[in-house]
Amino acid sequence: MDFRFSDEDEAFREEVRSWLAEHLVGEYAAVGGGGGPADETGWDVRREWEYELGRGGWIGLGWPKEYGGRGATVTQQMIFNEEYARANAPSRVSFFSEGLLGPTIVAFGTDGQKQRFLPPILRGEELWCQGFSEPDAGSDLANVKTRAVLDGDEWVLNGQKVWTTLAHHAQWIFAVCRTDPDAPKHKGLSFLLVPMDQPGIEVKPLKQLTGSSEFNEVFFSDARTARDLVVGDVNDGWKVAMGTLGFERGTAFLAQQLQFSNECQSVIDYAKKHELGRDPLIRQRLADAWIGVQIMKYNGFRTISRLLATGSPGPEASISKLYWSTWHRNLGELEMELMGPWSQVLAVGEVGEYDPEGFLQTFLASRAETIYTGSSEIQKNIIGERVLGLPREPA
Amino acid sequence: MNFAFSEEQEELRRTVRSFLEDKSPSAEVRRLMETTEGYDPAVWSQMANQLGLQGLAIPEEFGGSGFTYVELVVVLEEMGRALLCAPYFSTVALAANTILHSGDDAAKKELLPGIASGETIATLAFTEDNGRWDAEGITMAASKSGDGYTLDGHKMFVIDGHTANLILVAAKTGQGISLFSIDADASGLTRTPLTTMDQTRKQARLEFSGVPAKLIGPEGKGWDTLSRVLDLAAVALAAEQVGGAQKCLEMSVEYAKVRVQFGRPIGSFQAIKHKCADMLLEVESAKSAAYYAGWAAAELNDELPVVASLAKAYCSDAYFHAAAENIQIHGGIGFTWEHDAHLYFKRAKSSELLLGDPTYHRELLAQRIGI
Repeated sequence: MDFRFSDEDEAFREEVRSWLAEHLVGEYAAVGGGGGPADETGWDVRREWEYELGRGGWIGLGWPKEYGGRGATVTQQMIFNEEYARANAPSRVSFFSEGLLGPTIVAFGTDGQKQRFLPPILRGEELWCQGFSEPDAGSDLANVKTRAVLDGDEWVLNGQKVWTTLAHHAQWIFAVCRTDPDAPKHKGLSFLLVPMDQPGIEVKPLKQLTGSSEFNEVFFSDARTARDLVVGDVNDGWKVAMGTLGFERGTAFLAQQLQFSNECQSVIDYAKKHELGRDPLIRQRLADAWIGVQIMKYNGFRTISRLLATGSPGPEASISKLYWSTWHRNLGELEMELMGPWSQVLAVGEVGEYDPEGFLQTFLASRAETIYTGSSEIQKNIIGERVLGLPREPA
Repeated sequence: MNFAFSEEQEELRRTVRSFLEDKSPSAEVRRLMETTEGYDPAVWSQMANQLGLQGLAIPEEFGGSGFTYVELVVVLEEMGRALLCAPYFSTVALAANTILHSGDDAAKKELLPGIASGETIATLAFTEDNGRWDAEGITMAASKSGDGYTLDGHKMFVIDGHTANLILVAAKTGQGISLFSIDADASGLTRTPLTTMDQTRKQARLEFSGVPAKLIGPEGKGWDTLSRVLDLAAVALAAEQVGGAQKCLEMSVEYAKVRVQFGRPIGSFQAIKHKCADMLLEVESAKSAAYYAGWAAAELNDELPVVASLAKAYCSDAYFHAAAENIQIHGGIGFTWEHDAHLYFKRAKSSELLLGDPTYHRELLAQRIGI
């Protein structure tokens, strides 16, 4: 047990810092690190920044060198994420590309798929979106109905996806489709890679309760993709999709934790500035929020250490999503209470500078976080059944 | 960067767990908790002679084995899991830490070897009737008399105060809070055992009437030592709490798998499953907090005061919640004297209040991070 870093790792940290100091300037620095995968604030600048990162070789840090990655160690990935958040660098646009699809291709893809799809992600060129959820397949993800049928050398897709984050910016979608309607529901699915720019695909924005539209509906009407663009075996897509969901966390936890830590500090600063920090009940809640953000860090350290030692994350990994989403939602509620009536004012006339900390955005956007990528209730089922070994609900 | 126990530390855990499974099963806990002394002297000796537990984190020059606080955390976690009835927390977490951090080399040489060898049971008499754990709570008077000092007044809620043969006392002289040591058989000392709700941890009231005492460390500087000792003790208690909480989770999950109602195990109902998932989240998070705090205690780094309060606040809540849910999940059987659920429930509550409750520690933390 030792939380110090080796000289080698400190040298790597220095390399990250100096690159960021040199490149994170001008509008890149101004856009800041707020928001998340489902937040379009400052999109154009953040989109450009992804190319900048690609030129610096900072995308795909942990991917093997043979596929163009840096082959960085887990500790180095952690350090990068830590420094990235500390510098308040722009929130990434590549969550679904670098974060999900890339690792899925590295783990399950063919050589051809690796050569075709990894380099554009590493250069920051191609953005992906995730075609999992459907109107009748939310928590019950294996209930997807979008059909894919082989027609010569092409798959033909018909059906609908929903809650497809940033589909309107993506060049590609990875979609879980039903390829064998007669098999049991987990057995007849395939993981297909489909180009977005074609007549058979229509993207319709969904206006969210925040007022913005990061989510979309994606309709497939005889959409087409090449026969060999299936990841893993045909009808074995459930396994691949579960693998993808497993990549959602990784070492990015530290970046997120630091972002949360910055946010928590801004809440504390706000309370102090407005002399709310003398109220004993507010003090309790601020301390509690701060404890939560530290616990996320300690849990993350334990997960990474377990991963390094045994190759698989321990039980503390499975609680991460449940923990952070609940914590962040509660923080949003505290933020509104601290602002009091000012939280209700979005603008006075043309002047809209009443929430520089973005508290309202947290309050509203965090309601999505306890739902997406498996709702809190589904997370608790998963923890109960897979970690604690409790019996499943009878069918 | 590595946040995992070493192979040697895991081996220590296995050794202590198997020792306690043998020496502190439920029947023994129940036998000892009914006694006034509340511990088994033979087991206490074996802990020292066979496993070296009392001297684990005492430096070798004072008769210990010189391991770190991280090893101590492992041992305390196992003791909390087994509800060990023994004056270990008082002797090691309170008294040995006080001597170690008093800056008094003569006292270390004189007192620590006895603790390490298991001959000395020791405690710290800190709290008074006001029940406070801060400096203002200490009002008992010490006065200079000849070469030494005498103590007058009383101390309350003293852990194992009736069985300890070495008692460290926090009292006030004209120069402020100071630390003293007294022998249990000193003249003018009256010790009265308290009947406690949590029978697995004993307390006593100590009355002092002109008790001769020896100054430990510099006069008037006692709070510097005590402040650190309270942080270290909070980390120790957090580790105990984690062990107890993990055991409550295991009892709940085990029962939820075998108890059948409406034709299915109750653990297949989401109402029970989600309770268990919430407990796992809190127990695992409590472990992370206690282990991290253990590292900070081993390093004695700047983070210690903050993470000690963090761990004490979080682990107290997590243990009490797990112990309470354990009763609820067991239903009627969980409310019986025969079932062990109430032993953990009572220990959880007494530990929650010991050294200051979670509200107190969140306030302390707020001050320590500058709110």
